[in-house]
Amino acid sequence: MFETFILLLDSTVRLSTPLLLACLAGLYSERAGIVDIGLEGKMLGAAFGAGAVGYLSGNAWVGLMAGIGVSVGLALIHGFASITNRGNQIVSGVAINFLAAGLTALLGQSWFNQGGRTPTLSQGGRFQNIELPFAEALRDVPVIGPIYSELLSGHNILVYAAFAAVPLTWWVLFRTRFGLRLRAVGENPAAVDTAGISVVWLRYRAVIVCGMLCGLAGSYLSIAQSAGFIVNMTAGKGFIALAALIFAKWRPGYAMFACLLFGFLDALAIRLQGQELPGIGEIPVQFFQALPYILTVILLAGFIGKAVPPKAAGVPYLKERT
Amino acid sequence: MSTGQLPRWVDLGLIPLINLVAAFFVSGLVVILIGESPVEAVQVLIWGSLGFGEGIGFTLFYATNFIFTGLAVAVAFHAGLFNIGGEGQAYIGGLGVAAACLLLDHIVPWWVTMPFAVAGAALMGAAWAFIPGYLQATRGSHVVITTIMFNFIAASLMVYLLVNVIGEAGSMQPETRTFVEGGRLPFLTDIIPGVDFGTAPVNFSLILALLACIGVWLLIWRTRLGYEIRSYGANPDAAVYAGINPVRTIVITMMISGGLAGMMAINEVMGSQHRLLIEFVTGYGFVGIAVALMGRAHPVGIVLAAILFGMLYQGGAELSFEIPAITRDMIVVIQGLVILFAGALEYMFRPTLVRLFASRRAPAAAAG
Repeated sequence: MFETFILLLDSTVRLSTPLLLACLAGLYSERAGIVDIGLEGKMLGAAFGAGAVGYLSGNAWVGLMAGIGVSVGLALIHGFASITNRGNQIVSGVAINFLAAGLTALLGQSWFNQGGRTPTLSQGGRFQNIELPFAEALRDVPVIGPIYSELLSGHNILVYAAFAAVPLTWWVLFRTRFGLRLRAVGENPAAVDTAGISVVWLRYRAVIVCGMLCGLAGSYLSIAQSAGFIVNMTAGKGFIALAALIFAKWRPGYAMFACLLFGFLDALAIRLQGQELPGIGEIPVQFFQALPYILTVILLAGFIGKAVPPKAAGVPYLKERT
Repeated sequence: MSTGQLPRWVDLGLIPLINLVAAFFVSGLVVILIGESPVEAVQVLIWGSLGFGEGIGFTLFYATNFIFTGLAVAVAFHAGLFNIGGEGQAYIGGLGVAAACLLLDHIVPWWVTMPFAVAGAALMGAAWAFIPGYLQATRGSHVVITTIMFNFIAASLMVYLLVNVIGEAGSMQPETRTFVEGGRLPFLTDIIPGVDFGTAPVNFSLILALLACIGVWLLIWRTRLGYEIRSYGANPDAAVYAGINPVRTIVITMMISGGLAGMMAINEVMGSQHRLLIEFVTGYGFVGIAVALMGRAHPVGIVLAAILFGMLYQGGAELSFEIPAITRDMIVVIQGLVILFAGALEYMFRPTLVRLFASRRAPAAAAG
């Protein structure tokens, strides 16, 4: 029983990682007042970039750089549309999702001729799992052993990076000058402007950080969790991350718990597939798939606390009337 | 950026045209990137969509879907609401169509089933849009986010229903039984004499779609409710001050929008597939956003934009057949670019045009 539970938590960690990275990405963007429903597209673009370059170079780090590059490129398009041109941020996000879905499949087919997939990566093209020190030695110690050697050890570097990014994000947002300004620009850009700080540049920086984190999230899918890119491999994870962001009320610590919760639901659904539960019967897998969205809607409706977005989120900043 | 700086024809005609040209220009670059000729691609695309009867038929068939989803997005636009839940609303709308067809197809001819199917589709779509609308109106939950969530909930729900509840027993496919004659809309090629659309499934739904266009035009510009919708969209505070009930306006607008999206299911389920199956919406709901943006939320514009996207869909299919390197994903790329240029980057070329027209007008103003 305990063993099973540890394995369940272990897969929770693996499934939460891309959500967490994308969720933190959205956090930076939305805290700066740029609504981003293009997380999905940026992840997909990054997954493709990382998968393609990881295969060609045979080096996971080079692949990761490519993934981040693609994602930041898409983020800059979003920034150009919503910051420089003051366009509709939702529309721009939808466009990014379309572009990424189309281009990855089109270019994947054109370059590799495997129905949009990238060829399977070599060992060097993937991030390998890291064994923490003493993981083998401690394996047989009761309780602590499995927790340490199964749950905490044996993940790839991006998993650890994702969880390290949580306190880091908190520190950046709440303990640095950049973070203070970033939050201010999402609440009251006019005040930031009056203080002589460039709203445009600040928001661009937020969007670029968002792109980098989405790049990590997408690369994780194609060169860490799997060994290559497959068409539409994000499969809605960007939207779950968006739901988690709202569920977390735009806070880094809560974001981690929201992503772990949604990851746990996913892991549980895989675990319980086709199994009868005593007294309840078989729970359809679709129920677990829909649950993150249902929970988010309930939260948005204000039944579990209140989710208040940054005040200026989605509103283009206009310095003066022309 | 205020209106009135540019002549109307520039605002309504020239700017959308420039945006469209920009989108197609970038699409051409993508075609060059994968090593094919954009000129040849355009030729195949136009011939494939307009060059022969069957091609035109398929173009109109896809356009029917886009008219419904485009109108859905447009109606919500007028109230300042962004309904990106067309995908889910159309999917759930399929339940209403299937219910009418499954119950009636053995008993009555198609023209008796049709009104029930239309009502079923509209009701189910409206019901699926009701909750996001109600939550927006009363709890302030942003309708964009809730409709996205409802798209995913709809997808899960429909798979569950089709696999476990309404799917045909004994069939491995998650779909209902095939409707007989009484649950099938006639193909236009069979009812309009002298027209040959070949095997294209363009059907009576096209006429329903055009009627819906007229209905939406009447609603938005010729009724009291339409006036309230537009007032609320233009300035919610002023509208409330003028005595317009915001909750009622938001909820009704969302339900009309959802109902229109739901009616898309008639074309697919009753008009073409003749059964309810999973994922029959496949992005038509999202394309509605592009159609509404390009059509400037006006029914005439929406019909034109829907035909353009219908051409892209049908021509794109032909394109992937003739030039295999350009897969159907190219259409998704073009859609993305159209949404980007016609929607998000709508104002990109505007300052240049304003300067251009201001310099032309300035001497006249000085003289006058």
